[in-house]
Amino acid sequence: MPPIDVDATVIANRRLSRDYNVLTLSAAEVGARTRAGQFVMVRPADMTETLLRRPFSVFEVARDERGTPTAITILNKRAGRTTNRLYEAEPGDRIACLGPLGRPFTSVAPPKEAWMVAGGVGLAPFATLAEALAAAGTPSTLFYGARSDQELFYIDFFERLGVTLVLATEDGSRGERGRVTAPLDRALTARAPGSTMIYACGPEPMLAAVAEVAGRHRQPCEVSVERTMGCGLGGCYSCVIKVKHGAGPAQFVRSCIAGPVFDGAEIVWD
Amino acid sequence: MAKDLSVRIGSLELPNPLIAASGCFGYGLEYDEVTDLSALGGVCVKGLFMTEREGHPPPRIVETPAGMINAIGLQGIGVHRFVNEKLPLLRERGARVFVNVCGTTVDEYVEVSKVLSQAEGVAALELNISCPNIKEGGIQFGCSLIGTGAVVSAVRKATHLPVIPKLTPNVTDVASFARAAEDAGADAVSLVNTFLAMAIDVETRRPTITNVLGGLSGPAIRPIAVRMVWECFQEVKIPIIGMGGITNARDALEFILAGATAVQIGTANFVDPFVWSKVLAGLNDYLERHRLDRLADLIGAFDTTPPKAVHA
Repeated sequence: MPPIDVDATVIANRRLSRDYNVLTLSAAEVGARTRAGQFVMVRPADMTETLLRRPFSVFEVARDERGTPTAITILNKRAGRTTNRLYEAEPGDRIACLGPLGRPFTSVAPPKEAWMVAGGVGLAPFATLAEALAAAGTPSTLFYGARSDQELFYIDFFERLGVTLVLATEDGSRGERGRVTAPLDRALTARAPGSTMIYACGPEPMLAAVAEVAGRHRQPCEVSVERTMGCGLGGCYSCVIKVKHGAGPAQFVRSCIAGPVFDGAEIVWD
Repeated sequence: MAKDLSVRIGSLELPNPLIAASGCFGYGLEYDEVTDLSALGGVCVKGLFMTEREGHPPPRIVETPAGMINAIGLQGIGVHRFVNEKLPLLRERGARVFVNVCGTTVDEYVEVSKVLSQAEGVAALELNISCPNIKEGGIQFGCSLIGTGAVVSAVRKATHLPVIPKLTPNVTDVASFARAAEDAGADAVSLVNTFLAMAIDVETRRPTITNVLGGLSGPAIRPIAVRMVWECFQEVKIPIIGMGGITNARDALEFILAGATAVQIGTANFVDPFVWSKVLAGLNDYLERHRLDRLADLIGAFDTTPPKAVHA
């Protein structure tokens, strides 16, 4: 479905911590078109310091009793001017919301299992994916790593969907101490090759590590990348990432239209 | 009521003056889902060399106040793949295709132009003698009057298509470059390309983009671009295609009044891919409000009578 631009209103701003918040935006039409892994380009209407929109995964699609989309949410982490503005947003503020954009995740059905690997704000594409997997009856696990217990969010949400959780924190305040790729690697030793689709989103070093682990255990792997993006539609060639597809040479491809979801085995990591 | 927004660039008649700026609109087809490509005055596709180019490693852009700096490095598929893979689809969609022609040598500009002249469906050639982001070619020609004349006259001899050199603002006197282009047989000039610029990350003390230097675009450059268009308008008779930070109809009109026959929109398309219909509606509204029938009557209609003093 072609993307649309919605002049959305902030319905709610739920601040999860000092840096993270979830913004609910009245962009039901965008939600109705979105498939897990796709993103929106957003820009606060009153933003004057910056010009360009920022990419965000569609975090959740809110629905009424009949299942009709009513809004979308985005998971925001303060990192710069626009994300600060989005953290401070109040109900009623207007935010331009263009989407859905990009290539979604490839869904898998039983007997395959789906293992999601999230690092920090990389949780963002997995709420919608977990719902899609639950609807397909695909058993799923979320390996979720963060700096500390304070930055692990939506645990209840995933538990309610029946997702198995494996947590890791850098400070050991919850789950295993250290990186989430360690328990992933151990758990995969018990899995038959090709039985487990691995989805990952988070910092690029984590994605590279997940792709390496998946490759070693001969499991398929899709990663969702985030590069500095200008337009989201393939016009500016800013958000490129090096990809080697088949026998051809490695090439810079636009992560906005060829991605943000890529086959982890095809990315040439920096 | 729909007004007459049509303009002429030499032999070329455009239904309206809005052209998608090269480097800001991919090969046009990226925008097929959100824009009726035939409704634009023209689509200027990404710069093409004879062969494919990889471009610079990312990060390639950084935002600055009211603008952005880019150093993409002219990543591109090369003229042959463009003609085979993209041009037929652009023709199908009724786009008036301007191709941004690149070269590292005069011969390469000529070769690329010849390939495009033999293809069906190219409306005009925009000569990129102004890209600030590549080591060889481009701006080297655009920063020298002799180089500008050499590229334009060589391509002029090799094609029947309108030849439109795109001028760089990174010179002392842009009007003299417009004059050199006109003297060498250009059908029009387009200006401005981006301003050579840089931004430093003070926390890391390192560059914000891999190439260190890049080209500044967006509203930040608009007043300088308007001034340059006006200077060129007083210097040459050939049509001028103006650009630099246009985001709405008011901005477009500023360029037209300064002497631009047509305008290009670049950076604003990143912010709002639906900008085209909004600017067209705004131009129509302006003509209604000012009781004018034809947009073309406003070209160069800038009145230099001093403004009235405003007492706050």
